[in-house]
Amino acid sequence: MEFISQHPVLVVSIVKIAVLLFVVMTALAYLTWLERKVIAHIQARWGPYYVGAHGLLQPLADGLKFLFKEDVTPPVSDRLVYTLAPFLALSLALTAIALIPFGPPSVTVLGQPVLVVANINIGFLFLFAITSMGVYGVALAGWSSNSKYPLMGGLRSSAQMISYEVSLTISVVGVLLLAGTLNFNDLIAGQSGYYLHFIPRWHIFPQIIGFLCYLTAAIAETNRIPFDLPEAETELVAGFHTEYSSFKFAMFFMAEYANMITVSCLATILFLGGWLSPFPDSWKWQLFLPGVGLVALGIYCLVDTVTTMRGIARLQFAVVTLLCLGGGLLVLAPAAASLHGAAPWIATVNAGIQGVFWFTTKILAILFFYIWMRGTLPRFRYDQLMSFGWKLLLPVSLANLVVTSAVVLYFMMKGPG
Amino acid sequence: MNLPFILFFVFALLAVAGAVMLILAREPIHSALALILVMISLAVIYLLLGAEFIAAVQIIVYAGAVMVLFVFVIMLLNMGLEERTDFSKLAKYAGMPLGFVLLLEIAHWMFHSQIGAAIANGPEPATAFSTVELSKQLFRPYLLPFEATSILILIAILGALVLARKEE
Repeated sequence: MEFISQHPVLVVSIVKIAVLLFVVMTALAYLTWLERKVIAHIQARWGPYYVGAHGLLQPLADGLKFLFKEDVTPPVSDRLVYTLAPFLALSLALTAIALIPFGPPSVTVLGQPVLVVANINIGFLFLFAITSMGVYGVALAGWSSNSKYPLMGGLRSSAQMISYEVSLTISVVGVLLLAGTLNFNDLIAGQSGYYLHFIPRWHIFPQIIGFLCYLTAAIAETNRIPFDLPEAETELVAGFHTEYSSFKFAMFFMAEYANMITVSCLATILFLGGWLSPFPDSWKWQLFLPGVGLVALGIYCLVDTVTTMRGIARLQFAVVTLLCLGGGLLVLAPAAASLHGAAPWIATVNAGIQGVFWFTTKILAILFFYIWMRGTLPRFRYDQLMSFGWKLLLPVSLANLVVTSAVVLYFMMKGPG
Repeated sequence: MNLPFILFFVFALLAVAGAVMLILAREPIHSALALILVMISLAVIYLLLGAEFIAAVQIIVYAGAVMVLFVFVIMLLNMGLEERTDFSKLAKYAGMPLGFVLLLEIAHWMFHSQIGAAIANGPEPATAFSTVELSKQLFRPYLLPFEATSILILIAILGALVLARKEE
């Protein structure tokens, strides 16, 4: 205990990192499940169904399979770089998530904010520094495999990521001009308040063009459909990771999903007000939203358990039902307590729940949009991709930057107020 | 021995090791990777000095953009092993001693100049180099050099375009 009270930063940080790693890894696994389910339903299929109720244990089965598969290293490959590439891809992707604030900094344990691992002044720049290194994983994997298709995939990917990173960076400068800070917490706090008392002051409204440019460039940066040229199956087998097997392949897979989460988090922070609620603080009923949502999900699961599930699946789904209902009630308790003159710590717990709830909701919305795109759009042709990036996306985001600067300058000249 | 001090030595050694590997590696990609290691180690040392903006820009520009282009070109040309040519006689006999003399000179200068004293005293408080402070310096007293550099870069871009353009 003495050690804990003497080194709060160290102890809290280590616990935060461990918890965040566990949560992110689980989220990555279930993101693959969500993607397969959503795509399947778009294409009028069922998707994963047999491993666990509704295929809920499918990610676990996949993970085990990857662990036990033979790890093949091509004899002609460059061993050092071949092994380095997947580690580089995954570790960079996971490092980026350490900078994301999942809730307000006012939620503290031992005086340390618990909902962000590292709150640094240049958070935004640091995140871009890490993501700009992300291309190495793909490029080096393609080169070191010493094989045609991976090399083509790696080349395409480098060219694509270099091209779209320019638009990605320029499309968010408008937001930075409006906010005047590079710190994520300040960026989010600056978006509090309302236009006309009900429209939240999120940057998406003045920066809608920037938001669209960001979203497009982000999809290209993460090599997703319709910009998944680096791994176009019909042309390149599997692109840069053709020669990879077993857990090294799984690491690329996880890195891709971690990158998706990172760019969604960044979109949420920059444009959608991060952990801020879209409703005014005076609307007290929103405290109940997370709990009611979970309980409603639990009731749906209960109905499903009773009416459609059979055998072992019924047992498994009963566990999911209990988790949803129990979690819902657990989250409802502090909200209910706050109605009867809350103690300060209950208000803090509520703030934490609200922050995480809204942040997660927004991220899930963007991730769903990603998956929806994948289910809807065909792949670009390579020359279309390049001309779209350089001849449309870049000029539009540059124009957005110039107009925003002019407006900001005008209001600065006019003086405050 | 505090943490910044230990970190400085770790990353200084990494930077030197990367630089040596950069020269010794025969595979161009390995050289490029070693150079990336040097860039990142330098960025961490900037960070230890409290210059967070410079550190981030070092990684974004050098490790994230310039070196990606290097790796891209090496991949595009699919370069093989570097060919070893005979060293020049001068380099063979005079190289090492001259390098050693240069190192001594730099060390001597470091110990006796003000910069050396500043390094020995450890990093300034982080606020001294905050991004706001840096931009105030850059856009007020140093505005002219800043703009001149921008124009220089613009000219370089135009030059590259002209050179790369196909003849009609």
